[in-house]
Amino acid sequence: MASKTQEALVDPLFNENPIALQVLGICSALAVTTRMDTSLVMSIAVICVLTLSNVFVSLLRNSIPTNIRIIVQLTIIASLVIVTDQILKAYLWDISKQLSVFVGLIITNCIIMGRAEAYAMANPPGMSLLDGIGNGLGYALILMITAFLREFFGSGTLFGKQILPLVSEGGWYNPNGMMLYSPAAFFIIGFLIWGLRVWKPDQVEED
Amino acid sequence: MQRNALYTILFATAVCIVCAIVVSSAAVSLKPAQDINAALEKQRNVLLAAGLLEADEKVDAAEAQRRFENIRMVVVNLETGEENPDIDAASFDQVRAAKDPETSSVAPANRALVQRLPDNVLVYKVLGDDGVEGVVLPVQGYGLWSTMYGFFALESDWDTVRGITFYQHGETPGLGGEIDNPKWKARWPGRKTFSEDGEPKIRVIKGLAGPPAEDPYHVDGLSGATLTSNGVTNLLHFWLGEEALGPYLAKLSQGRAI
Repeated sequence: MASKTQEALVDPLFNENPIALQVLGICSALAVTTRMDTSLVMSIAVICVLTLSNVFVSLLRNSIPTNIRIIVQLTIIASLVIVTDQILKAYLWDISKQLSVFVGLIITNCIIMGRAEAYAMANPPGMSLLDGIGNGLGYALILMITAFLREFFGSGTLFGKQILPLVSEGGWYNPNGMMLYSPAAFFIIGFLIWGLRVWKPDQVEED
Repeated sequence: MQRNALYTILFATAVCIVCAIVVSSAAVSLKPAQDINAALEKQRNVLLAAGLLEADEKVDAAEAQRRFENIRMVVVNLETGEENPDIDAASFDQVRAAKDPETSSVAPANRALVQRLPDNVLVYKVLGDDGVEGVVLPVQGYGLWSTMYGFFALESDWDTVRGITFYQHGETPGLGGEIDNPKWKARWPGRKTFSEDGEPKIRVIKGLAGPPAEDPYHVDGLSGATLTSNGVTNLLHFWLGEEALGPYLAKLSQGRAI
């Protein structure tokens, strides 16, 4: 049991990372990773939604009629996302403005429906909870690494604090503007996937 | 799990009811906190347009309130172009006024796609040591996806741009959403608004505009966002024109001439 628990929680970090292995949830990973603070809030939002949706879907898994299961999952996920969005608008106004539509778009984040359909429908609530946290953390891990690199090299800041003094303000660092554009996130995630597959060759797909 | 049709329908109904209750109670209970945020945001944007707040400056609510004391709100009647002292400016809600048939009318056809025009609008006067230094005007109009709500501020020659901001819009992040970009907004101050015969002339062009002294009526377009850029031009032309705030601005400049 202990190993199974550990599997649900830790596997999604490296062995079955939702972004790196399953290549899900890329859209928001490109959009919100120009700054670490927005990425952190986005990660927390996704972890909450994913964990709760997994738990609720798992609780209902034996009563959901098979033929409408997808739309039921979506209804649960959409409700959770709207509530999350409302909470952010009430208590984290600035960040919620920067995240703009992307909190709402968590509804279409494939990771969440993927886990509901693939895991929560077949496993008890406790394990689904861990699976939700694990996959959320896997998503958060990639997001935070990408955001760290983009913010550090793109603006010379971390969480909005100036780390590298910019040339424009009398320092020596000339920021790499490309890091602030979406393609940079593609490159970084591409390199992360490459690195991960060199470390764990069994993730390499057969031709 | 295969069930009969009645069970499926009942189950779907139950899920919908529970979710609806959760969503609506969250929306209702969080509304007051969100309204406060929205009001602060609007206040900040008035200050930004007026040039009383720098783009990268972070101030708390108390400091924003203190700077807001340099602003006097007046309600302006669009038809007469006169200030309307009968309406209390502090409690005047322009958005609500624009929706109520009693206090608004159908807008004449316009390229900003404004549907209803309120009879009165809220204008913010910027006070300095020597009286009124400028004026912040409410503007709104359609971009590509959404109505953009913002403020456009003029210096007290009622022609030179003081600033522009948008506090609410749903344009594409990274493209049209760049109307929030401080660097773009910084291109506006110092440019001129009206042609010699008093028509709004300022416009957002495709490509780069020259410095304000040489190319006073043009502002750089947003790349990849032609329709949003045109939307900004359209909404300025509508709100500064004859059908909206034109008469008020004309009165202001006459008052100055005398």
